[in-house]
Amino acid sequence: MLEFFHFTKNIPFMRYGKLTTAISLATFLFAVFALAFYGLNLGVDFTGGTVMEVRYTEAAPLDAIRETIKASGYAEAAVQNFGSTQDVLIRLPLKEGVSSAQVSEQILGVLKAAAPDVTLSKVDFVGGQVGQELYDNGGLALLLVAAGIIIYLAFRFEWRFAISAAVANLHDVVIILGLFAFFQWQFDLTVLAAVLAVLGYSVNESVVVFDRIRENIRVMRDETIPDIIDSAITTTMSRTIITHLSTQTMVTAMLWFGGEALHNFALALTIGIMFGIYSSVLVAAPLLLLFGLKREHMIPQESEKMAGMNADGSIV
Amino acid sequence: MNRYPLWKYLMIAAVLLIGVIYSVPNFFPSELAVQLSPKTEQAIDPATMQRFEQALQSKGLTIRASENNGQQALFRFEDTQVQLKASEALKEAFGDQFVVALNLAPSTPSWLRALNANPMFLGLDLRGGVHFLMEVDMKAALDKQIDRYEDEFRDFLREQDIKYLGIAREGDTVMAKFRDAASRDAASAALAKEYQNSLQLTALPDTNDLQATIPPTALLEIQKFAVQQNIITLRKRVNELGVSEPIIQQQGVNRIVVQLPGVQDTARAKEILGATATLEFRLVDEQNDPAQAQQSGRAPIGSQLYKERNGAPILLKRQVMLTGDYIIDASSGFDDNNRAAVNITLDGKGATRFNKVTGENVQKLMGVVFIETKVETKEVEGQAVKTSKTTQEVINVARIQEQLGKRFQITGLDSPKEARDLALLLRAGALAAPVYIVEERTVGPSMGKENIEKGFNSNMWGFLAVVAFMVVYYRVFGVISSIALAINGIFLFALLSLLQATLTLPGLAGIALTLGMAIDANVLINERIREELRAGVAPQQAIFAGYDRAWGTILDSNLTTLIAGIALFLLGSGPIKGFAVVLCLGILTSMFSAVTVSRAMVNLRYGSKTHLEKIAI
Repeated sequence: MLEFFHFTKNIPFMRYGKLTTAISLATFLFAVFALAFYGLNLGVDFTGGTVMEVRYTEAAPLDAIRETIKASGYAEAAVQNFGSTQDVLIRLPLKEGVSSAQVSEQILGVLKAAAPDVTLSKVDFVGGQVGQELYDNGGLALLLVAAGIIIYLAFRFEWRFAISAAVANLHDVVIILGLFAFFQWQFDLTVLAAVLAVLGYSVNESVVVFDRIRENIRVMRDETIPDIIDSAITTTMSRTIITHLSTQTMVTAMLWFGGEALHNFALALTIGIMFGIYSSVLVAAPLLLLFGLKREHMIPQESEKMAGMNADGSIV
Repeated sequence: MNRYPLWKYLMIAAVLLIGVIYSVPNFFPSELAVQLSPKTEQAIDPATMQRFEQALQSKGLTIRASENNGQQALFRFEDTQVQLKASEALKEAFGDQFVVALNLAPSTPSWLRALNANPMFLGLDLRGGVHFLMEVDMKAALDKQIDRYEDEFRDFLREQDIKYLGIAREGDTVMAKFRDAASRDAASAALAKEYQNSLQLTALPDTNDLQATIPPTALLEIQKFAVQQNIITLRKRVNELGVSEPIIQQQGVNRIVVQLPGVQDTARAKEILGATATLEFRLVDEQNDPAQAQQSGRAPIGSQLYKERNGAPILLKRQVMLTGDYIIDASSGFDDNNRAAVNITLDGKGATRFNKVTGENVQKLMGVVFIETKVETKEVEGQAVKTSKTTQEVINVARIQEQLGKRFQITGLDSPKEARDLALLLRAGALAAPVYIVEERTVGPSMGKENIEKGFNSNMWGFLAVVAFMVVYYRVFGVISSIALAINGIFLFALLSLLQATLTLPGLAGIALTLGMAIDANVLINERIREELRAGVAPQQAIFAGYDRAWGTILDSNLTTLIAGIALFLLGSGPIKGFAVVLCLGILTSMFSAVTVSRAMVNLRYGSKTHLEKIAI
């Protein structure tokens, strides 16, 4: 049996509860600070404006392109290479007095006049109002997903589990957003999709641990709740690591082979996977203790009412 | 203990067979083809098919294969040259009745197609093309309706023989002024009867004025009508462009999505889709001097001041003889003096009406007004403000020589191109209200190819890496898990193809992600089996307990992810929606393949052995 991640002894995760909570609080606060201070670098999907990708047959003369575009009246255009030296990304904000739908043609026109070998790979134009709606809907989706998960878990487990999982989950989301804000990576619609997928993925993680805690509570009658949680985390550790490894393998393939279009999507997933493993173990579980999880919460109430029952549930 | 009844194996085998059949069409390359679809709702019969084929053969073009499903005829060709020539030949011969479009047809064998096993549609980001999101200018639709009421009131009151002092538009209302309360009340009663629910009439106190406003319910009706009418018009215009498999759909209350796969000339597509050009025919006011009207800035009562193309002022009667609504066909050509012209055909109602009014006004001057609306978005103090600009020009003034009927010609256009565009717009009908583009996405064809390649590569390399790890780590159970994962991929592809989902780049990313996550179920099972073995349980029992106990966890963890996926689907748009569909379906297929399919394989391998000493996990 090939084993990398088998732990014969329970790791006392709960004993470090204070430390891990402090660490996660610090990263969380850092993320909130980054979000508040830098803000998200919203892509054209949300802000409105025009993004063009053009391709040259040889290395693109960026400075010349900048001059050409500036000369045609778009002083605020951002011109940069992406992918290769032949590919150029041009970002244009919404502009007063110009019908925005015509911007791309106009720009392509002047670029063609300067260098006939340029071809258009892609244009995205989004109106300001549409962008705002997408942004609002995205926020709504985030809340709805969180609410749905809380309701399901409260129904299947108990409210303490539901709230712990939701907090751990939002912790992951805030950290992804915080890192995107801190490094000013472009946040667009596909990144939002990744964030929402992480929400589903990371709760998956917590549920596996919760499931084992519930099972242990029924089986391990003599142990304390912190020991039960430690045992649940330790026994599922191997699975947790392997699952994350396999998902991350797919995501890494996306990072490497997926090209520019999938880059930020894969990046958001990578952060989500990294923090998902951490939060399900070191955020969700200590929160269960904080909310005062007791054995009685998971054992059917009827057994308590049985006549002559001792405190530990035995009948002598 | 670890045995399935025979029917279960057979069921799994059957599901697997169906999965393979419906997923393979995606792996056949596509062929060059030309597609013909009728412009009206008629079916294509075998006789018509024969005419198509004859037209192609007469030009010496070899058809590789032809199909007809009643709604569409499809001809496949060997290379681009033949395809383009065929398209031109067909356009020339049948372009007036059929939309001729270049297409890429799947090369799936016919027996698969007979089973309805078709590949997924490729999204614009994978095949190239344009996507527009258009918003209908509701203010303009409302304005138009109010203007129409203003005109109609005059006609109506005249017909009813009710005297009025004046009728004018005030803001979003129409105000009618009367000499006395009696005629006002008579008008109010008559109008209320004529416009039952569509207007709200209020008699203003202390005057003899009657105010007509549009109630909210009627306003909604107007909006609904404007959007639907625009969709019909846009569909006609797209047909004129000759695009295969276009998508024209309503989105939300007042938006329309238009997707044109394979279209490269976005400028022209935009011009044609967004333009609202129509014509109005009015009599020229020959009694008054237009120059004087221009100077004073006031047109005489019953007339309106216009400009001709050369800038000269001209007075036209307010009364409209005919609007563009009655035009059923228009084609461009040249008149006797070789100037660009548009030949117009009217429908029955329009012809009768035009016949009557031109008959009454022979030897008088008639002006043709060309009305074009363009909407521009400007940013004012951070807010996007839309302004629609309507230009009205008199393109042609001619003396009515004789009674005009169903067919006639107008001239005065700048160029043959303008004549062609006007003919196209008239043919396709006018938009009920102007539309403006609020979102536009264009993807070049080479970019599409690259995206497919990248998406495919990342899936393949990721999959191979996961398989390699699983096989090394879990040995026989790893092999079984990997086969289950591959089968999961087949199921996912088959389901997406059966649903005729549109495959996009985020969709491909979703497939990669779900495959990565899908292995989780097998890892949970395998780890559980190992745990049981460690606890000293016999192999057969360990397998049983592993599957049994892991199931609850798999269900809980997958259902929570499913909740996230459903919320994404409900609220997402565009790429998010595509991603969500893949995520949700992937969860369902992975639950089936990881639990049932892998269990079947384990049972086949180990289930028959009564004294199982060791298992390779």
